[in-house]
Amino acid sequence: MKETRIMMGMPITIEVVDVWATQRIFDDSFSYFQTIDERFSFFKEQSEVSQLNRGEIVPDAYSVDLKNILELAEKTKQETDGYFDIVTPEGLCNPSGLVKGWAIRNVSQLIMDAGYKNFYVDAGSDVELHGKNGTGDLWTVGIRNPFSEDRTSIVKVVTGTDIGVATSGTYIRGRHIYNPKDGKSVSGEIVSLTVIGNSICDADRYATAAFAMGKYGIIFIEQLYGFEGYMIDRDGIATETTGFKKYTL
Amino acid sequence: MIYRKLGLSLSVILVFLAYIAHQKEQQSDIIVSTPVVSTETSAQRESINTPSTTKPIQTRQRLGQYKDGQYTGPVVDAYYGNVQVKVTISGGKLVDVAFLDYPQDRSTSVQINTQAMPYLKQEAITAQSAQVDIIGGATETSGAFQKSLGGALAKAKAS
Repeated sequence: MKETRIMMGMPITIEVVDVWATQRIFDDSFSYFQTIDERFSFFKEQSEVSQLNRGEIVPDAYSVDLKNILELAEKTKQETDGYFDIVTPEGLCNPSGLVKGWAIRNVSQLIMDAGYKNFYVDAGSDVELHGKNGTGDLWTVGIRNPFSEDRTSIVKVVTGTDIGVATSGTYIRGRHIYNPKDGKSVSGEIVSLTVIGNSICDADRYATAAFAMGKYGIIFIEQLYGFEGYMIDRDGIATETTGFKKYTL
Repeated sequence: MIYRKLGLSLSVILVFLAYIAHQKEQQSDIIVSTPVVSTETSAQRESINTPSTTKPIQTRQRLGQYKDGQYTGPVVDAYYGNVQVKVTISGGKLVDVAFLDYPQDRSTSVQINTQAMPYLKQEAITAQSAQVDIIGGATETSGAFQKSLGGALAKAKAS
């Protein structure tokens, strides 16, 4: 069974191929995403994050989820030397960049807790894979061609089980940013960075942070234990970490 | 190599075209020429060596639709960061789009062993047609960009 819904501003697809799968697991999963969106949305006035930003709640009153996300944010900020920061330039808290991968992981756990073994959860093209697909093979994920308007054009196929595959990137050239240490421009050199690891939550936050590091992002991933990466620069040259090939066909 | 650069440059223009096509659906009055300014830096333009990153594109807008000035679009959540644009209208035409906020641009410093770079395997990417279960990639930003741009242009409309 497979179902896609548009939630949190992106398509979310869940496929469960265990034959005993019922509609209920889909309803429960999507309803979890809904709960998370209502709690963490930066734009919904009644979300807990908005209440936090208006100073309406004290730390003691934070939900367990919010405390977890804030802890994860602090950890990520330290691990990435400040590259990942949920505090906006205006001083507000916007955890959107962290919540997606975290929610995918929690939904995957929810589906596993319900006894399913062969499924994937794909939110906005970040995906966690478990078990095998409908034909008994490992799930395959195509890395989208960042230079093609054709959304089905891919440049690499990765595969595996019990892994998360997260891609950060852009097709639009943004304003330039500079590495303050050498004054050289870093943004714009890299158009796509895919990170694979045993947790989509970690893969997603590392992909986001590493993308901000420009061409050195792949070295950051290389230095992380348990994570592999595939980076595409604006010239169409891909750089992969030493263990990446174990995820390729 | 130069073709890929050209391709990337073209894809930037295509995003504008996509937005303009969207605008076309909603408006059908007088055709005016709107210069679309690429957000790339001059350094990149030089390296791409394309004389025409500023391209006049035929689009349909009601004449006098936009008031001159600068208008800021809404902050739009691209889920791995925010996108916010500011448009500049001059002579009733859209002449510039600037990014005020863009995902992953809050960098502070780098502490990476850059010596590792030469040892990593590199390859030129090639488009494949393999059948896969899922396609992964970052696409949210373009939608967020259009949303913020649309908001900025709505503000720029003459009342």
